[in-house]
Amino acid sequence: MLRDITIGQYYPSNSIIHRLDSRVKLVGTLAYVLSLFLFRNVFGFAAVTFGLAVLVKMSKVPFRYMVKGLRAIVIILVMTGLFNVFLTPGEPLWSFWKFTITQEGLKNAGFMIIRLVYLILGSSLLTLTTTPNQLTDGMEKGLRPLNKIGVPVHEVSMMMSIALRFIPILVEETDKIMKAQLARGADFESGNLIKKAKAMVPLLVPLFISAFRRANDLALAMEARCYRGGEGRTKMKPLKYEKRDRAAYLIIGGYFIGIILLRMLNFNFHIEN
Amino acid sequence: MNFIEARKLVYEYIRRDEEENVEGITTALDNVSLSIKQGEFVAVLGHNGSGKSTLAKHLNVLLQAGEGTLWIDGKDAGDKENVWEIRKNTGMVFQNPDNQIIAGVVEEDVAFGPENIGVPTDEIWKRVERSLESVGMTAYREHSPNRLSGGQKQRVAIAGVMAMEPKCIVMDESTAMLDPNGRNEVLEAVMGLNQEKHITVIWITHYMEEVVQADRVYVMDKGKVVMEGTPREIFSQADILKACRLDVPQVTLLAHELRKAGIKVPEGILTRQELVEALCQLY
Amino acid sequence: MSIILDKVSYVYGRKTAYEKQALRNISLKIEDGEFIGLIGHTGSGKSTLIQHLNGLLQADSGGIYYNGRDIYETDYDKKELRSKVGLVFQYPEHQLFETTVFEDVCFGPRNLGLSKKETELRAFGVLRSVGLPEECWYQSPFTLSGGQKRRAAIAGVLAMKPEVLILDEPTAGLDPKGRDEILEQVASMHRELHMTVILVSHSMEDVARYVNRLIVMNQGSILLDGRPGEVFQYYRELEAVGLAAPQVTYLMHELQQRGIPVDTGVTTLEEAKESILQAFSGRTRSR
Repeated sequence: MLRDITIGQYYPSNSIIHRLDSRVKLVGTLAYVLSLFLFRNVFGFAAVTFGLAVLVKMSKVPFRYMVKGLRAIVIILVMTGLFNVFLTPGEPLWSFWKFTITQEGLKNAGFMIIRLVYLILGSSLLTLTTTPNQLTDGMEKGLRPLNKIGVPVHEVSMMMSIALRFIPILVEETDKIMKAQLARGADFESGNLIKKAKAMVPLLVPLFISAFRRANDLALAMEARCYRGGEGRTKMKPLKYEKRDRAAYLIIGGYFIGIILLRMLNFNFHIEN
Repeated sequence: MNFIEARKLVYEYIRRDEEENVEGITTALDNVSLSIKQGEFVAVLGHNGSGKSTLAKHLNVLLQAGEGTLWIDGKDAGDKENVWEIRKNTGMVFQNPDNQIIAGVVEEDVAFGPENIGVPTDEIWKRVERSLESVGMTAYREHSPNRLSGGQKQRVAIAGVMAMEPKCIVMDESTAMLDPNGRNEVLEAVMGLNQEKHITVIWITHYMEEVVQADRVYVMDKGKVVMEGTPREIFSQADILKACRLDVPQVTLLAHELRKAGIKVPEGILTRQELVEALCQLY
Repeated sequence: MSIILDKVSYVYGRKTAYEKQALRNISLKIEDGEFIGLIGHTGSGKSTLIQHLNGLLQADSGGIYYNGRDIYETDYDKKELRSKVGLVFQYPEHQLFETTVFEDVCFGPRNLGLSKKETELRAFGVLRSVGLPEECWYQSPFTLSGGQKRRAAIAGVLAMKPEVLILDEPTAGLDPKGRDEILEQVASMHRELHMTVILVSHSMEDVARYVNRLIVMNQGSILLDGRPGEVFQYYRELEAVGLAAPQVTYLMHELQQRGIPVDTGVTTLEEAKESILQAFSGRTRSR
């Protein structure tokens, strides 16, 4: 299950999307996510789909690889769909026992599922084309103004990049401890909720101890390599806007205005009706 | 002046209970004195808990001695002003390969040290290139550290230290968690740095075989330095080593046993070749 | 009593980018009371193999029979199998979690549903047999030294009273004395309790000293299987797969090449000493 999540994993390639400045990609993702909740009609939907398709193509990440990431949220998709189908009031289409399916419900469910799928695809595109380090660098630099009001931007982004590096290590460690306790006859599956929660103790205690030990080791290792916070640090890969980044900002701006216009078009359309 | 000059270092770990009352005191370093010259390959042998790692942490000023003086590269380690300069000049590689790699890409991890000391960007790239080259990891520069073998991870860690252009590397049991191939890989990489770039090496271990190549050996037990000498001098005293929970390399032990049984092979044989030659001469 | 593996294959991470055939058609019979050394470089499939023996991993194809019963039958009790085939993982001290060493050792027997009395009796027994000093028993396991923690963790597996004991590099990271102590304890359990022991190790010197059968793995297959003396004759093949023979094997071969009639089949220091002394005394007689 944990292996299926493609969010947070980097897919190495050398596409134009990969080479964009991570700040551009962050802003772009934000604009894209907003646009998902702005479109109300088929035109908007078509524009978003077109945009996504072009980006996926340009990123050179296999589409199949991205779709795999959706497997992890199938349950959420089904739940959202069902809630919308059955709980939206409106023109009844079909009803049985206590349930009524409405036209609006179907429409809402459809749009909702599409939105969620697009949301996951779009945001995984960000993490698939950006290394964790670039991502945190982008956030650090993009959020630097917050430093003035006392937000420790450098520290937070350093913590995030370390967390990202240690996730696979801790997943592996969990697997190892689990097997070691199974070998001592532990049972993580049967019993009621309370019993199951209690059965987690032999897994969680060693896991926490190990995480603390690692944190302690890592802190020493960082100190030994002269780490002393963000001050006076230089960068191997400093963020610098290129021509393509400026062009990308223009395209993002254009796209966003387009989506808003399409939404307004829809608004007028309704009034005339 | 010697590169490292330690005089009567004392360091105590104080254990406290929940109410902060002192429960016990462990003397991890008990009047330790060392002198190590620039360019030497010095091994520190000792069993688990003998104080050798505590000593290593002093050399990088991660710990500061309660008593005694420590001079590294002509700078007093007791003076807070010198801490960063010393850390830059004596790099340190730790035991667990996973817990000392900070970045998610090999080259970015190697750059971490130079970034911290404010090296300009162009110079960082040059240093990363050189350091990866010096440990033979250039081919992996864009890889994620997670899929590397233990020996490769440790070589990345060494490159990370080399990128700070230190004069000395302290290897704090850096081979303890590796398999025999990984251990050889790391030992060879460090020996190369010692011979070609004249980096002072302090090699901390409890594997006897790794000590054979050293210029000099210190043996620690219960926080004290109990022996000091060349590997040959040290390994000819198998009984003292055994008393310190240590051992001698198998070939040395065999030579020792044969000598006891009446075959007059010389004391302190270190390698297989030496034993073969000695036996052939006697036969 | 025996363990039989019949054409066992296993693939890791099927249908992912990291798919890897970890075991290929392994067939193997492990007899009661054997002391087996399992060697192979990192990634050769040793760890995967031992996790099959107590059912933690399930083969993709092939069968495993414990005392004549197919462990993949649906009604086979996996929990009981795990108590019969005790597995001590690498760095087992990382699985300690209880407030005292004693409680931690009780975890296994308790999971088997034993009575409080039986559980505690077993805990006392194994703590004594691994040689952990009594004053440590009621301490938190995290206050012990490295070697003591390791022994407490091994005791936790022994408390299940396994018939087969598998140890994955039990001496990793220990100093020479700690290493010898653990291996001596394992050897004495094999001798006195007639336990079947499988020792996974990277140290040729260690396996040569203790085991009576050596299995060499490479790329998921069994490369060599035999007495240590026989297996180490193939030192060139071992080197080709990133392994080596013990130092004394090389020494004896070199001495023989130089014309000293020693036995190249010896693998331990004591044997080597005897053989060299014999060669030297033969020389004096012939003169």
